[in-house]
Amino acid sequence: MAEPLLQLSGISRSFGGLKAVQDVSLAVPEGRLCALIGPNGAGKTTLFALMSGFLRPDSGTVRFAGQDITGREPHRNALLGMTRTFQIVKPFAAQTVRENIAVGAHLHVRGRAQALAQAEHVAQWVGLAPQLDKPASDLTVAGRKRLELARALATRPRLLLLDEVLAGLNPQEIAEMMPVVRSIADSGVTVLMIEHVMQAVMHLAEHVWVLAQGRLIAEGSPAQVTSDEKVVEAYLGHGTAARLRKANAAVEVAL
Amino acid sequence: MSELAKQGGRQLALIALFAVLVACVPLATRSGTVLNFVMMALYATLLAQAWNILGGFGGQFSFGHALFFGTGAYIQAIAQLQGGINAWVALALAILGAALAGLFVGALSFRYGLKGSYFALVTLAFAEVFRILALSVPFTGGGVGLMVPLRESAANLQFGSRSGYLWLVLGFVVAALLLSWWLRRSRFGAYLQAVRDNEDAARAVGVNPFRIKLAAIGLSGAFMGAAGAFYVQVFQYIDPGIAYGASTSVEALVAAIVGGMGTLWGPVLGAVVLHVLADLTRNLFGELPGINMVIYGVVLVLIVIFLPRGIAGLGLSARELWKGGRHG
Amino acid sequence: MFEPSILFPSVLNGLTTGAVYALIALGLTLIYGVLHIINFAHGACLMLALYAVYFLKERLGIDPYLALPVVVPGMFALGYGLQRIVINRAGHGKDENILLATLGIAIVMENLALIFFKSDTRNIDTAYSLSTVAIGPAMIAVPKLVAFAGALVVSALLFWIMGRTDLGRAIRAVAKEKEGAKLMGIDVDHVYAMSFGIGLACLGAAACFLLPAYYVNPQVGGGFVLVAFTIVVLGGMGSFVGALVGGLLVGVVESLGGLYLGESLGQIGIFAIFIGVVLFRPEGMFGARA
Repeated sequence: MAEPLLQLSGISRSFGGLKAVQDVSLAVPEGRLCALIGPNGAGKTTLFALMSGFLRPDSGTVRFAGQDITGREPHRNALLGMTRTFQIVKPFAAQTVRENIAVGAHLHVRGRAQALAQAEHVAQWVGLAPQLDKPASDLTVAGRKRLELARALATRPRLLLLDEVLAGLNPQEIAEMMPVVRSIADSGVTVLMIEHVMQAVMHLAEHVWVLAQGRLIAEGSPAQVTSDEKVVEAYLGHGTAARLRKANAAVEVAL
Repeated sequence: MSELAKQGGRQLALIALFAVLVACVPLATRSGTVLNFVMMALYATLLAQAWNILGGFGGQFSFGHALFFGTGAYIQAIAQLQGGINAWVALALAILGAALAGLFVGALSFRYGLKGSYFALVTLAFAEVFRILALSVPFTGGGVGLMVPLRESAANLQFGSRSGYLWLVLGFVVAALLLSWWLRRSRFGAYLQAVRDNEDAARAVGVNPFRIKLAAIGLSGAFMGAAGAFYVQVFQYIDPGIAYGASTSVEALVAAIVGGMGTLWGPVLGAVVLHVLADLTRNLFGELPGINMVIYGVVLVLIVIFLPRGIAGLGLSARELWKGGRHG
Repeated sequence: MFEPSILFPSVLNGLTTGAVYALIALGLTLIYGVLHIINFAHGACLMLALYAVYFLKERLGIDPYLALPVVVPGMFALGYGLQRIVINRAGHGKDENILLATLGIAIVMENLALIFFKSDTRNIDTAYSLSTVAIGPAMIAVPKLVAFAGALVVSALLFWIMGRTDLGRAIRAVAKEKEGAKLMGIDVDHVYAMSFGIGLACLGAAACFLLPAYYVNPQVGGGFVLVAFTIVVLGGMGSFVGALVGGLLVGVVESLGGLYLGESLGQIGIFAIFIGVVLFRPEGMFGARA
């Protein structure tokens, strides 16, 4: 089997006394759309930061595209093909949508006119074309999420790390965004997304990892993972899985 | 022709027009007062443009930009006085030296991730350190300062009338205008403004903030150094207070902010407005030490409160409203 | 050269100056800790307070220490007004703007002082200006001793206000969690203005203690600003204990630096500390690691 595009081995990171990420190992295969889920505070965003170089791990290694990139600066990883988005979007507020995306495009394109033209293409792909000349600060939440996505896409990544790209969107906006994410993966980009919106995880993800309190507690297909007791407990609390089983059993008896 | 090229062409034409019009001023008048006024307005513009490169486009506010000014000025003076070097060569050295000073401060500050207020204070601290050093060290003439002797000739960068100086500083101003024009339509400029607007987001899409900021402070320092060397040639005198004092730092930043940070013409507008204001106050109050700075301070506070995008910002807002109205 | 008879007085003098520095830095720390702004006008405000003390003595014959009940509330009022009317409006959400606004205020104050008071250095003569007290081998000027004691008393008072009064609790709440404090019904704008006022009130007290042993001219503010910032970053931004310890430390360093390097070069020592701390240990001695 081909080497996974991204491989984490024994990644750990603490802040003061708090163990944010503990001994996480995972391998993201190339060309797939995968998801990283877990309750709030599980350490998912921290893991993204560790992968992309915004944070240095205390121990463990990160391998990307065959190279050891542990602790490398984010901009170097972007050059290699790993780009991330942020949970709390970070637009270049003073610039237009086109100019925002162009910054991403410039990674592989030197000329300004070219970069702006590419920005236009990417904007069309994600559905931002009508807003191209608006300042980023004028966009709605959904618009800003698309912008965040578009800017990352413009860097022509091999691996795209999406941090809660659907958070804060209403059901219609989610329904519009999901096919866009799917089409990105279909075009050959490996996508790893942190998501809370379960419908997206169920419909889009081919493989899921579950993080809770800094540890990887389960992995597998979406169906496998959501029926895993440990996962249920992580989200709903200790003993819930047993209670649910009992309740289900009682219902069956009654029937 | 694409929209970008058309816009770029228009702006270049405007810069060229500006250059030609101002260059013709000495041909149109012999009045020393007018020539002096225009020359000093251009000098103020140069200071503002230099600050604008790092502060406006780069978003790194320096409160001690006089550091680069003074370095250029002293190199210009000392190279001639103690090195016997030709004034034009000294000018090149001054610009280079000031750029290096910029790279030094930048390398230290940006390597350690200094931003915002910390960066502003550190630049101020550096300027103060150099001011004290200049006071204490013999080869800068200490508190007495240095005088460059009068030896009029173009080869010596000393001109009989103000015209020569005017054209010289105009040259620097046009160079800064062209640099600003380039910043607004190049990859480097896009990266610089990205770092300003959100450094983390920039890093995520491949921008190396350290290198970008370093280049910006080097360029900014170079233009300040040119201004410092220019000052020495015009006034033939420099001392630690003028070289590294707060007033030069303040002049540079207030003019850039008042005019509109990160814009092409903002520094020009701001410098001219402040220069006119300073002239008016001199006519009203005479040579009252400190009155200029009071005006600058008041204007700074008013602009920050009421017009944070500066005068050029007014034009931008008007254009946005216009565009918004047309397309709904 | 390192004889105790030279070192000891220098260190003692440094401590007395340091206590006043600490008081100045405490005000700055309060303002930073609560409003999260770097008050660039801190030095200029101290300069104004010094002039106030000066003129109260020269024109009205009021002794500096007796001027405390006048200058301290006066500076408080100035701080409250400045924050409420000017600085509050300058934010627009960007820290840099507030920094620029305080810079502008500092420039205006310094140069107005230059215009109205001229650039002459002034100092006052009091009955006790020249008296000294012997502490061990050192002769310490009485005004300096009073400054030391006074600064410590006022610092203790500040600690008490912050720790034991409702106002102090409100201030700490706002400093920690502005939005939460708002939800609890705390008038955040008022707390901001009160904090700024208290910060400047500290300057008023410092001025009363400082002038008998020091002097005033329009430029003194600049010197104090960098010293105050050095103390605040050295002690750790937002740490009161840090400001106190840092103040004493910087006072001693300045005194020793002046002794061995001469006045001007000694000052560079302070700047070097500032640059060094900011670059290599930005959290200072007591601050939280960012």
